[in-house]
Amino acid sequence: MTTDGRILPLQMRDASFRAGGRTIIDRISVEIASGPSSIILGANGAGKSVLMRLMHGLLAPTSGEIGWRETDPDKRRRQQAMVFQRPVLLRRSALANVTYALKVARVPRREREHLAVDALESVGLLHLAHRPARVLSGGEQQRLALARAWALHPEVLFLDEPTASLDPSATREIERVIRAFDAAGTKIVMATHNLGQARRLGDEVLFVHLGRLVERAAVDEFFSSPASPEAAAFIKGELPWT
Amino acid sequence: MSALWEAVQGALGLILAGDPTLGGIVLLSLEVSLSAVVCATLLGLPLGAAIAVGRFPGRRAVVVLLNALMGLPPVVVGLFVYLMLSRAGPLGALGVLFTPGAMVLAQTILVLPIIAALCRQAVEDAWVEYEEQLRSLGARGPGAALTLVWDIRFSLLTAILAGLGRASAEVGAVMIVGGNIDGVTRVMTTTIALETSKGDLPLALSLGIVLIGLVLALNAAALYVKDAAQRRYG
Amino acid sequence: MDIALRILFSLFLCATAHAQQTYITVASTTSTEQSGLFKHLLPIFEKKTGIQVRVVALGTGQALDMGRRGDADVVFVHARPLEEKFLAEGFGLTRYDVMYNDFVLLGPKADPAKVTGGKEVADAFRRIKAAQAPFVSRGDKSGTHFAELEIWKAAGIEIAKDKGTWYRDTGQGMGPALNSAAGMQAYILADRGTWLSFKNRGTLAILVEGDARLFNQYGIMLVNPAKHPSVKKAEGQAFIDWVISPEGQTAIAEYRIGGEQLFFPNARR
Repeated sequence: MTTDGRILPLQMRDASFRAGGRTIIDRISVEIASGPSSIILGANGAGKSVLMRLMHGLLAPTSGEIGWRETDPDKRRRQQAMVFQRPVLLRRSALANVTYALKVARVPRREREHLAVDALESVGLLHLAHRPARVLSGGEQQRLALARAWALHPEVLFLDEPTASLDPSATREIERVIRAFDAAGTKIVMATHNLGQARRLGDEVLFVHLGRLVERAAVDEFFSSPASPEAAAFIKGELPWT
Repeated sequence: MSALWEAVQGALGLILAGDPTLGGIVLLSLEVSLSAVVCATLLGLPLGAAIAVGRFPGRRAVVVLLNALMGLPPVVVGLFVYLMLSRAGPLGALGVLFTPGAMVLAQTILVLPIIAALCRQAVEDAWVEYEEQLRSLGARGPGAALTLVWDIRFSLLTAILAGLGRASAEVGAVMIVGGNIDGVTRVMTTTIALETSKGDLPLALSLGIVLIGLVLALNAAALYVKDAAQRRYG
Repeated sequence: MDIALRILFSLFLCATAHAQQTYITVASTTSTEQSGLFKHLLPIFEKKTGIQVRVVALGTGQALDMGRRGDADVVFVHARPLEEKFLAEGFGLTRYDVMYNDFVLLGPKADPAKVTGGKEVADAFRRIKAAQAPFVSRGDKSGTHFAELEIWKAAGIEIAKDKGTWYRDTGQGMGPALNSAAGMQAYILADRGTWLSFKNRGTLAILVEGDARLFNQYGIMLVNPAKHPSVKKAEGQAFIDWVISPEGQTAIAEYRIGGEQLFFPNARR
């Protein structure tokens, strides 16, 4: 998998998002480049999910700009994928869920099946290919969502608290898959409030607090000597759990 | 109460006697109502889904209108279709008045709002769950709506059965556009109306019970199919 | 999916392609239909000519309106003045007498207006009004309704102005009106044919009959093809010709309920 950066870098300039009278994202300016996996860290309600959706294009900023290197929206969409906290799967087999995503991306019919099979294999779900997706366990469903995202080999993979609803062993499996995707060259942008996970998976941390980007640093630096008081408090206040 | 019990016995007698005339009437009733439901489903599901997912000026008004049309009086629909299909009307040259085709048309008009409105509600509710993921995958507009409709197909079955209930129960529309012609456009409901007007109330009641039994059987069959399919697809 | 489409298609075909056989549409009255005459008569004609006769049964007024719209090929009704009007307007070609029967005045056996055994129906109507006894009217522009109005006129009563709550204008066909009358124990004018085959009699019985005013003539007309080119002229005329032929007239005379003849053929050549 190449990282020729076709759509990256992502540029956000003074992007804000207001809804229901509240400012949820407050003038964030940031550049996301290819390479290191980026963890968006913050407490619940800090605005991580909204920030991810702004980046991915599910929400439009109420002010400011968000731009990628690629301007064509279809090409842009094609190089991104997102995995949500709760996987939304269709009432079809696991394999059919993946081929559906390929179909939407207009991959020719002949290629869909084997790409889907490869994707399922990469997350260890090939033996469940014909099982109805909705009867899979939580961890299996999330792996399927990852396979579906992976099948198109996107340049950027967004993950919004992907293990928040899973038990520890399922969490471990998901993290293994994410690490594999990262090693294969996909840009990982992941939101989490789990400090241990951030340390395990991230190369850099973007710390968000009350809708503002407060600190950005390499992961080791962030945890050993956080520059901002908010980050320090966050690290201290959160009880890390595996 | 005894009249009801006698009517049930009468109904069983009718079914067991296997009268070919009654058989023909039952068959025609099924053909007309099922055809109408199929047509209304093919038109109504995409319509309801489109309104559920679409964003356009006047959308609220359209939703209100669609819901209100569920209550279209059958006799009014019958009258309207009659005036359209009459030789003196715009579509008279088609010559379909007083044929089963006209009855299917009238019932399709009656049933379409029911299926579309209920589908709209179901899709709108499901859209909340599916929207982000579908948009993330790049599915848009009509494609996303139809994917959703297929995914919630089991809940839509209730909407379709509601339409079937309405079609098989109504008499006003089919009476006017069909003319209740013996052997040609006489269905269960118009036969019941006819026997009532001839004063043969016990027969009318027995026929009514046969009709209810028929619709019950259809609903039971539909539920059975749904359960089997649901177990397969989750 | 494929199977579903095939079922759908055949359903549609069934529903729409029923009539491959030649047929004519006859607009007639509920009284003729409900007496069962057509069930007896039509198979004979169909067997002889292969032409299917589809009868749409409405009130006389509605049947003639159907003819005016061109939705029927033949009209077969029983209200002479209305039929003459139809002819005069150019919607009918020629009118033929077919058969007659009579009306009867029905009422509750208790007979509060004391009309039983009377020989004059107009007189009976006067008594009913005087007693303010419940009376059910068809009220639907039918031949029977028309006849009823003529009798009120003959009785010297302007019923539209002088009616009270005792006069129940139901706007229904003969059968439903009889149901209502039985339920309300009211007087009602009905044609003998419908009455003989009516099953929900309650306490109703024939109280006055035989008056000349109760004579009920049926006529048949072809809808004018000049007004409506879609009219099946040849087949429609074939039906009319048969109905007034000796064979058709005999078939009409042979129709009985409980041994009693309902209609008396009187076509002229």
